[in-house]
Amino acid sequence: MSSWNVVLLASVLVLGLKIAGYLVPPRVLEKPTPARVATLLTVALLAALVVTQTIQGAGGHPVAIDARLPAVGVAGVLLALRAPFIVVVVAAAVVAALLRLLGWMA
Amino acid sequence: MARLAKDAERSSAVRAALAVGIAVSAYGISFGALATASGLDIWQTCVLSLFMFSGGSQFAVIGVLATGGLAAAPAAIAGSTLLGARNALYAMRMGPIVGGPWWRRLLAAQWTIDESTAVATAQPTLRGQRIGFWATGAIIYVGWNLTTLVGALVGNLLGDVRAYGLDAAAAAAFLGLLWPRLRSRQPIAVAAGAAVVAALLLPWLPPGLPVLAAALVAVLVGLTNWLGPKAPAALDRDAGL
Repeated sequence: MSSWNVVLLASVLVLGLKIAGYLVPPRVLEKPTPARVATLLTVALLAALVVTQTIQGAGGHPVAIDARLPAVGVAGVLLALRAPFIVVVVAAAVVAALLRLLGWMA
Repeated sequence: MARLAKDAERSSAVRAALAVGIAVSAYGISFGALATASGLDIWQTCVLSLFMFSGGSQFAVIGVLATGGLAAAPAAIAGSTLLGARNALYAMRMGPIVGGPWWRRLLAAQWTIDESTAVATAQPTLRGQRIGFWATGAIIYVGWNLTTLVGALVGNLLGDVRAYGLDAAAAAAFLGLLWPRLRSRQPIAVAAGAAVVAALLLPWLPPGLPVLAAALVAVLVGLTNWLGPKAPAALDRDAGL
């Protein structure tokens, strides 16, 4: 599968879900279970993506503990302090870049 | 008097749209830079922002591609689609608010995302809700696509993105998207459970699949409503709206 196929197929599916939502009668929303599953699905996927983006390795090593871990820790502290999203993302990048510059946890 | 009240409705909705829209648009830069770092070219990066237009799903595509390459393409597509499922939920909520002919709903569908739904549903009147939805959608659509392009151009110039900590920035971006949703026991438990499942499966499954396996935690907790609120009225709060 080429990069273009991935980009286009994923885009069609995500846009299709938005359109599908407008075609469903609003009554379905009154049923709590589908709404709850959809909401929790987002939470579970984002949490799992945080983990894989933080400790997933490359080139034969499935797990790698490196500068990403302290950087994400700093991001968590900033989020707890209600820092804006862009500040959190930039701070994480700066922490990881500095640690690697210093040769720690490269 | 009526006219004054209308102006207040509009200005409060537009103020909220501007505040949210500008803040969100700014991180299109990090998406653009990370997308080119994951192996996509500038055009593919821009097509994602133009057509997919849903931050969480877009980050999921490039996150899985960055670590798993094209071999992980099915997992990248499945992950972004599952993350986009909540937009269908928002669409159901926005349908009666948007109203009008089918072509207006079709246009609204593309702009139905976390932020436009959140701003709209926070307004007290129907007119304010409509203004809030369209203004937020328009500001973010234009801003997000412009900053994506800038980010992609900058990302292409950077070279080795790890030296700039962009891989850590991607992880922090997911944490930032997750954080506002952790407002009660149930989502916190699901997040913790999904994180543990993903970490435990990471050494054993191909890239992308641990994320999908972790989604089962949400299905399990969602179907049983473990730790959940008894009254369905509490759903609004859980959805972060």
